[in-house]
This record gives sequence, C-alpha cells and structure tokens, in this order.
Amino acid sequence: MKEIRIHARAGQGAITTAMLLGEAVFAEDKYALAFPYFGAARMGAPMNAFVRINDKPIRLRSQIYEPDYIIVVDATLLRGFDVFKGLKKGGIAIINKREGIQAPKIKDAKIYEIPANDIAQKILGRPLGNTALLGAFAAATGEVELKSLEAAVVKRFPGKMGEKNAEAVKAGFEAVSKEKK
Amino acid sequence: MKEFIEGSYAIAKIIKLCKPGVISAYPITPQTHIVEGLAQIVADGELKSEFINVESEHSAASVVLGASAAGVRAYTATSSQGLLLMTEVLFNIAGMRLPLVLTCANRAISAPINIWNDHQDSVTVRDSGWIQLYAETVQEACDLHIQAYKITEDHNIQLPVMICIDGYLLTHCGEVVDMPSQGEVDKFLSPFSPLYKLDVANPITMGVLGDPDCYMETRYAIQETMKDVLKLIPKVAGDFEKAFGRLSGGLVEKYKTDDAEKILVAKGSLVGTLKDVVDDLRTKGVKIGVLKVVSHRPFPEDAIFDALKKAKYVGIVEKSISLGAYGPLYTDIKALFQGKKESPCINGFVIGLGGRDVTKESVKEIIDQISEFGPTNKFIGLKL
Repeated sequence: MKEIRIHARAGQGAITTAMLLGEAVFAEDKYALAFPYFGAARMGAPMNAFVRINDKPIRLRSQIYEPDYIIVVDATLLRGFDVFKGLKKGGIAIINKREGIQAPKIKDAKIYEIPANDIAQKILGRPLGNTALLGAFAAATGEVELKSLEAAVVKRFPGKMGEKNAEAVKAGFEAVSKEKK
Repeated sequence: MKEFIEGSYAIAKIIKLCKPGVISAYPITPQTHIVEGLAQIVADGELKSEFINVESEHSAASVVLGASAAGVRAYTATSSQGLLLMTEVLFNIAGMRLPLVLTCANRAISAPINIWNDHQDSVTVRDSGWIQLYAETVQEACDLHIQAYKITEDHNIQLPVMICIDGYLLTHCGEVVDMPSQGEVDKFLSPFSPLYKLDVANPITMGVLGDPDCYMETRYAIQETMKDVLKLIPKVAGDFEKAFGRLSGGLVEKYKTDDAEKILVAKGSLVGTLKDVVDDLRTKGVKIGVLKVVSHRPFPEDAIFDALKKAKYVGIVEKSISLGAYGPLYTDIKALFQGKKESPCINGFVIGLGGRDVTKESVKEIIDQISEFGPTNKFIGLKL
C-alpha cells in the first residue's frame, strides 16, 4: 500500500486532486481511498487530503501520519507547518514552487519543486496548479501513468477545460522528467 | 459496474435507482452531497420525483412522513443537529408504522460546535422505533439502502430504516464502488405497495389518540415486530447476495472471531481499521478478532451472544457515550449476558468523538487495556 498526504488550504482543490488521483489508479485496476480532513473547516484554513493506493480493497480509515509521498499545493504552508512530518525514508515530496519560499533539504527524501501555478496560469489562464502537480507526481513516483491521469482529468472537467487540464498534467510530468535527467 | 466515486454521490445514485416519489431535505448545514446530488438528478430529469426543499429538518421529516402516509416511497437525509431537530417526527413515523428510509451522515452534536464524525446523533435517537443499520464501507452503505427499502416496506414490518454512515470518513471518501444497474435494482425491489394509505375513497385516520388503555400495546407491537426484523435482515442480506453477488449487511459480521480469545466489537467505518489491526496481530500469533455490529436496532442479541460467548475478553469500541453512564452498545452487550452461564470479561471504550482520528496505535492502546478488571467507559486518546 502507498500513502499520499496532500497539504493545501480549504478551497484550493485538494479534494479534487485526491479524487483525480484515485480515479486514475482505479483505471489501472487498483484500489484507492481518497478523503479529506478539514482543520478549521473554513475557506483558506490549512487542510489535508489523503490518498491510499493498493492492489486490494483498503480498510484502514485513519489519517496518514507516515506518508510515502507528499504533495504541497500551497507553498506558504511551508512557513510554520512541518509538512514533511513523518515522511518515510526514501519518500518523495512535490511542492508547488512559489517565489521567495525555499523548500528545506530533507534527509533521505527527494523533493521536487515545480512551478505548477505558473504552468497552470500559462495553460488554463488561472493559477490553479493541482493538475500540473498530479503530472509531476506521476513522473516523480511512477505510481500512476500519465495517460490515466489525463483520462481522469478529461472525465472530471468536460470540454475544453478538460483538454487544457490534461495539457497541464503533461506539462507537470515533463517538468519533473526534465529535472530527473 | 465498478466506479471510483465519492460516498455521498454514490448514495445519491443508489437512491435514484430505488426511485422514491418524494425526496425532502433541508439543503444547508448539516447536510451532505447526497441531497445535493439527488437535487441535480431530479433537476436533470433522470429521476421522476418530487424534490421538496424545506425550511428545517423537522419539516423535511414531516414531508416524508406525509408522503409515506399517502402511499409514496420517500427519502430524506440529514446529520447531527438536523437529526435531533427531526426527533419528534422520527418517533411519529415509527409509531405510525410508516415505511421510510433515511440516511444519517453520522456527525457529532453541539456544543461545542463540531462538524466531524462520531455516532452520537443516531445513537441518541436509537429508542425511536427506527431500525438502525451501520455501514463499514461506501459499498456497504450503498447496498444497505437497497436492502432498507425491502425491509421497511415488508408488510410484516412497517418500520422505518435509518442507514448510518460515518460523516466525512464515508460521505466524503472516494472509493471503488460496484454500482448496480437499474434493471438489477428493479428486479430486487418491487414497487412500493403500501399496506394502508391515506385515500379519499377509503378514508382512514393515522396517528390518533392512544389512551392508557391501548398506548402500551402499540409499543409492545413495535417491540415484537423488531423480533421479526431480526429474522428478516439476514434473509434480505441473503437474497441480496444471490441477486448482486456480494455479501453486504446482515445483523453482524464476524471477522476471525471463531478461535479468538479477544474480540473487539464496533460499528461503522471504524471496523475497517480494527480488521487491519487484527491482521497485524494475527501475524504475531495473537488470537484476536472483530465483531461488526451492523444492526444496532433491533439489537441482535442471539447473533452477538453466539459470536462472543467463547471469547475470554471483549472490548466494545464506541464513538458515542450516554453521558453519566456508558457507551450504549456496551450497556446492551452487558445486558445480553445477564443470566448466561458463559460470559467473557467485557470492557468498554469510547473513541473518536467529534472527529478525533482513530489510528491503529489508538486501537492497540485499547487492546492492551482489555483485562478481567478492565474499564467500562474509558476514553481513549484524551489530551489532558
């Protein structure tokens, strides 16, 4: 089983991100659980979404304290929050890069800082980096295929918005692939 | 067909397949995507149903009461404070013996204000005469709704059913669900044919005065019918398995209890976490199992007795408490061993109130405390 913890602020689309990832791995005949935890239950307040991926049905319903992977949708959460808490040895973190905020170096973990909001601004015309982050996640972890994510995004957002988000997924994927080289 | 879907929308789709003629709900907090999804389904013309938005949960319950009395299959969903606001009407629905299905997205009760999960809402109305079934997964939640209409509309039963699903943990959880087709549900669930209904051609009165000469008999009748419900629930679960190819619901589910020295007892999504802990401990040779209670009302005395009688220790793990006393499931299970020759040492634990996360570690903490002289209502994971 692989466990992913997403850090965001309420209203930034972390639940959709988690659901899209679940949908994509489901298309690969795997099981997924995706669920949110709201802290203050207010727009803008820090919140988490969680995803578990496995080859068999998943029963564990607790939150995720020792994730294999972390996705940070809003880099301002790096200030004052330990978003890396519990990250497993050899874990991977994907951070939505933001000017002026530097991700720390984490021992035994790989961190990718991806300008996902810039990618989204260019492609979608709005700085919503979630789908680009998912593409980056696929490239960094290999847990899900690019085409499954693209299909999930097209299913979730019908019409032009779906196509553009699929483009954003691909751009996020390529950003990490480039860095890996 | 299998799909990856959020719990609330999955239930909305299932209710659509059950074709209620009237859906009524109070559309804002505390509410879930269930009625939001249904409102959309009705607005899109995918379900021919009267969707009635009302000004409070008291009215929502009253509308579905009226619909059922008029002979129409009806549905409502609520949560937390909303369920409590319905309380007066809930007792009326059961007392008038009206078939209905209600989904309670289990959430904590104020004050302090808390929107997160526990079981205090539905547990608080357990004495209302409603059948209460608790789901472990989104799949089971879906399946239980189909079974619920079959149970409530049975002419020998005529009691409403509340399907209790954990708020957030199930309602907001994306999960893989095997969604039945309309044809399959139609085959399993016949159209509603009420035993009696309000009809101008054949006028009857419902909910009349029951004086001291007859009121007690109406309560006795419900108490007796609950025994029939205990027989019907496993039958409907069996028929469901034949029709849909998977076992869902029933009175209880035994997980590795047969040779277990220690058995944990719980309701709802918490059971999944307990099963994982049991598997971990089994690999270390610990003889432990879980008993899932699906039906809290009626209380499946015999099924629970059979599952627990050979165990040495039992730990009841509850997300609710009767303040000043014990967890209600603990009280019920202690009572059923009254006068029995065999009885395990029964310990009671309260966990996960107001959304406090139930982790594997907190479950292990419980298991470590189970003993002959163990607690009756120990709060787990307190930050004091």
